[in-house]
Amino acid sequence: MGDLWDGLSQAFFLLVTLDGDLVEITLRSLQVTLSALVIASVIALPLGALLAVRRFRLRRVTIAVLNALMGLPPVVVGLIVYILLSRSGPFGVMGLLFTPTAMIIAQVIIIVPLIASIAHQALRELWTEYHDLLISMNTTHVQRMKALLWDGRRALLTASLAGFGRAIGEVGAIMIVGGNIDHATRVLTTAIALETSKGDFALALALGFILIGLAIAVNFAIHWLTQTEREGRW
Amino acid sequence: MSRMFPLIVEGAVTRRRGKVLVGPVDLRLEARGVTVVIGPNGAGKTSLLRMLHGIARLNEGRVQWACDEAEARERQAFVFQTPVMLRRSVRENLTYPLRISGVGRKAAEVAAEGMADKIGLSGALGRSALALSGGERQKLALGRALIREPEVLFLDEPCAALDGRAMREVEAILLAAAEGGTRLIMSTHNMGQARRLASEVVFLLGGRIHERGAAETFFDNPETPQARAFLRGDIVE
Repeated sequence: MGDLWDGLSQAFFLLVTLDGDLVEITLRSLQVTLSALVIASVIALPLGALLAVRRFRLRRVTIAVLNALMGLPPVVVGLIVYILLSRSGPFGVMGLLFTPTAMIIAQVIIIVPLIASIAHQALRELWTEYHDLLISMNTTHVQRMKALLWDGRRALLTASLAGFGRAIGEVGAIMIVGGNIDHATRVLTTAIALETSKGDFALALALGFILIGLAIAVNFAIHWLTQTEREGRW
Repeated sequence: MSRMFPLIVEGAVTRRRGKVLVGPVDLRLEARGVTVVIGPNGAGKTSLLRMLHGIARLNEGRVQWACDEAEARERQAFVFQTPVMLRRSVRENLTYPLRISGVGRKAAEVAAEGMADKIGLSGALGRSALALSGGERQKLALGRALIREPEVLFLDEPCAALDGRAMREVEAILLAAAEGGTRLIMSTHNMGQARRLASEVVFLLGGRIHERGAAETFFDNPETPQARAFLRGDIVE
């Protein structure tokens, strides 16, 4: 219990004094996670819409694989990305290992199936509602996907936020591909792991509370920014 | 004069999971008038309209418009029994059919304002379509269908859930569309509405056309005992 109070008070102190290291790793956490979120959403949301609208061979298999990949073990993703980006790997020449870019790649791989699966689920229901109307209007597949993506944007926001939640709390993969290098690839989660291993539980808890606060703040901010309907008016 | 007609239907059958929903149907429709499809529940009214419009799979026979199929699809619209509202504003619901046809935003909005005036929703343009009442939704669905000035408008029981006032408003919009040259093909359960709107009646029973004729003749002097019983309000199966 004492550690918890110490953690809370230290978190408060770090925030009030705007500790330089804290600001740096917090901003890096946000940069890596939001970059991964944007890239993953650009891939996963249209994929979810495509799976809702199009009927093609292997569609069911694709959905099943995506659903299965929602539980992808991050350390395995980290290991695979590590091998691909390591000097002897196929992308080794790009020199991306132990950079924030490598961390973004790993996070994208982890959250694309999650966002795509949730998006597909939401858009499939919307497609059931819209199917006859959009077919009747003689729309193209692209127009149908656009309509679903636009009109289902609130459900898609939830899908993206689920991806954000998974990415911001991710530690295994980014520890492997990022290396937790001070002033280079250290983020909140890897810093928490480091402080815990050093036995400084109060600081680890303080960083943990800040991480939770950050996740909540970003969720609120995105909800507020994308609130398009107010009192039944658009 | 419409280039879409005559519409020729020959031996057309639609099935679902092996069960015949409607057919075989043989029919020839000309460019003028209001065709009203009537019949008891399960007679195949909705399936017939969907088959003619091309949103129900045709398992046998053919549905042949006078123009080519792509052009025919562009020139028709469908209003469903339960209006489907895009999760957007009334304005965006009205502009959507125009925008997907390549009409510019400004022109589409001008057209939407004109249509909103016609259907009595000009005060609701900025409101969410989901916030409209049942009658308003049906009027919006009609306006959205009419905004591209279709040559043929299919309506599946468009007033099924409406009260008297909303029904009168919808009928006024339909009559104006028909006078403007839009060919109406609709189903209804409401015999009063059928009498008010129809120039031709198609009576369906068991998925087939049981009787067909000019509205006046059909209502005053139906040929078959089943049609007579149906008009009397008896249960017909």
